[in-house]
Amino acid sequence: MGLQIAFWILSAAAVIAAAGVVWQRNLFRAALLLVVCFLATAGIFVTLSADFLAAAQVIINVGAVAILIIMSIMLTREVTRGSPANRLGVPAFFLTGIVAAAIIFAVFKTSWPLSGGLPAEPTSSALAHLLLGGEGFELVIQMGALLLLATIIGAIVLLKENK
Amino acid sequence: MVPGLEQYLILSAIIFSIGLFGAITKRSAVVILICIEIMLAGVNIAMVAFSRFITPVELTGQSFSVFVIVVAAAEVAVGLAIILALYRQRHTIDTDKIDLLKW
Repeated sequence: MGLQIAFWILSAAAVIAAAGVVWQRNLFRAALLLVVCFLATAGIFVTLSADFLAAAQVIINVGAVAILIIMSIMLTREVTRGSPANRLGVPAFFLTGIVAAAIIFAVFKTSWPLSGGLPAEPTSSALAHLLLGGEGFELVIQMGALLLLATIIGAIVLLKENK
Repeated sequence: MVPGLEQYLILSAIIFSIGLFGAITKRSAVVILICIEIMLAGVNIAMVAFSRFITPVELTGQSFSVFVIVVAAAEVAVGLAIILALYRQRHTIDTDKIDLLKW
């Protein structure tokens, strides 16, 4: 019962915040609504008993990504201009409506191989074995580290004053 | 009734579609990046829901979600660096006015 109430409140918050990002003219408020959407997503992860991912979502997305976006909004001084829409409003609305309808149709038409097992709690140690264990995703983790290094170097090179 | 897999997948589809709509219709490059982040959040919900309801012990979906979060962080860092570099050169981040590569 508590899980159900939490799910409905959090999903309503996530959908309203996401719609607010698109609706909102003020860029700064749009970025703050993005924070609300991320926090609601972290809460939905908690209802799915994914505790490690909820913490990672709060730390990385709410902590780092949102701050980065707010700082870049401040640096580009676009707050005064707002976030205007282009001329594609009506076709885009129908296109995304078709996409959403197709996904929901596929969800109901597929017979999912549901497993009634209880979820592993806490997930952090199971996830660590899966990601860093012997036959896990160790190489992919290394490539992720390489990607982050390339990102740092790329951001520095892009923003270097070339004089 | 406890929310099942379908409810989570519908929520994920709705959030993904809202993000897609914003990414198509907005003109400010920063808002397009924000909408792409919303799309990735929707995908993450679907991944974690699959992990919870189909492989609750093996946690396969959650490991994919970890990589989605890593790549999203890298993407937003490079994307904002490109936007700031563009703003320095052309003093706008309106995607209708950034037409350097337009044929």
